[in-house]
Amino acid sequence: MLDSIKRMFSSEKSGKVAKKRLQMVLIQDRASVSPEVMEKLRDDIIQVISKYMVIDKADMEISLENVDDSVALVANIPVQNMRHHR
Amino acid sequence: MSEVIVVTSGKGGVGKSTTTANLGVGLAMRGKKVVLIDTDTGLRNLDLLLGLENRIMYDLVDVIDGRVEIKKALVRHKKYENLQLLPTSQVKDKSAVNPADLMALCDELRKEYDYVIIDCPAGIEQGFQTAIAGADTAIVVTMPEVSAVRDADKIIGELGRSEKDNIKLIINRIRPAMVDSGEMMDMDDINDILAIKCIGQVPDDIKVVTSANRGEPVVGDSDSQAGKAYENIVGRLLGEDIPFMEFEKEGFFKRLKKAFKF
Repeated sequence: MLDSIKRMFSSEKSGKVAKKRLQMVLIQDRASVSPEVMEKLRDDIIQVISKYMVIDKADMEISLENVDDSVALVANIPVQNMRHHR
Repeated sequence: MSEVIVVTSGKGGVGKSTTTANLGVGLAMRGKKVVLIDTDTGLRNLDLLLGLENRIMYDLVDVIDGRVEIKKALVRHKKYENLQLLPTSQVKDKSAVNPADLMALCDELRKEYDYVIIDCPAGIEQGFQTAIAGADTAIVVTMPEVSAVRDADKIIGELGRSEKDNIKLIINRIRPAMVDSGEMMDMDDINDILAIKCIGQVPDDIKVVTSANRGEPVVGDSDSQAGKAYENIVGRLLGEDIPFMEFEKEGFFKRLKKAFKF
């Protein structure tokens, strides 16, 4: 009910709505990465970080997330210990 | 200097074959030697749009399989002798031709023709990969509708992955009255979204349907807005700097005229 009233009074034309919706969905489409590529990325990140820290590989999480109108690579990597280099 | 152009879209029904037929006839009218290749194997249609459906003896698959020489399979256009069609098979499927086969065929045709224009099947599967393999230029056809624009973006991404970087856009079936009232995306909106050089906007025009009915592409028809739009696209392909046309609108007087039928 409220929605239909809102729609009646909204001045936004469907052409503009289409453009906005497309811009949003294409950010997601363009950022979509195959599971194989994500797996490779994960392995590479583990390798690099492991040079400096001991990390919990089982509990780490890596994902692509949409934040407003951009895409972020979000990683949560539990650190168990530091490796001390001389 | 010959050019191999693939006409593609992702989504079906946006006007790939119509665009291919009109660009082919338009370039032939300008004196270019043109060959059109239908690669939508199993769903042959380019012959019908060109009015050549009764002249087909052999097809693309016959040529690829080596059963017949390319020259024998080409169908000459009735009106424009410098326009030839290589139709595809109506019985085989898209796996009958592979990318290397089509690339070799394009290279062969380059020697004799100014333009080789490939009509690509819908979708992003093997038929698409085959159609784009030998192309220098890709023309992506879309419509001002959300699904068609999304699919065009997907196709542009796929072309990039195949290192096809020379991509041009045609926006088909624009309804100027809807654009005016803000109920349809216009060329600028779609340019913002896809960020690809647009070489043409074609209005929705009943003449496209009536000319297809007769097997005569609309491009030569000066009474038709779509015909004029295709003519402009042909000019731009030939390197001419042609401004985008203003669409005629059904103004008050035209509507009044129609209402009183004078």
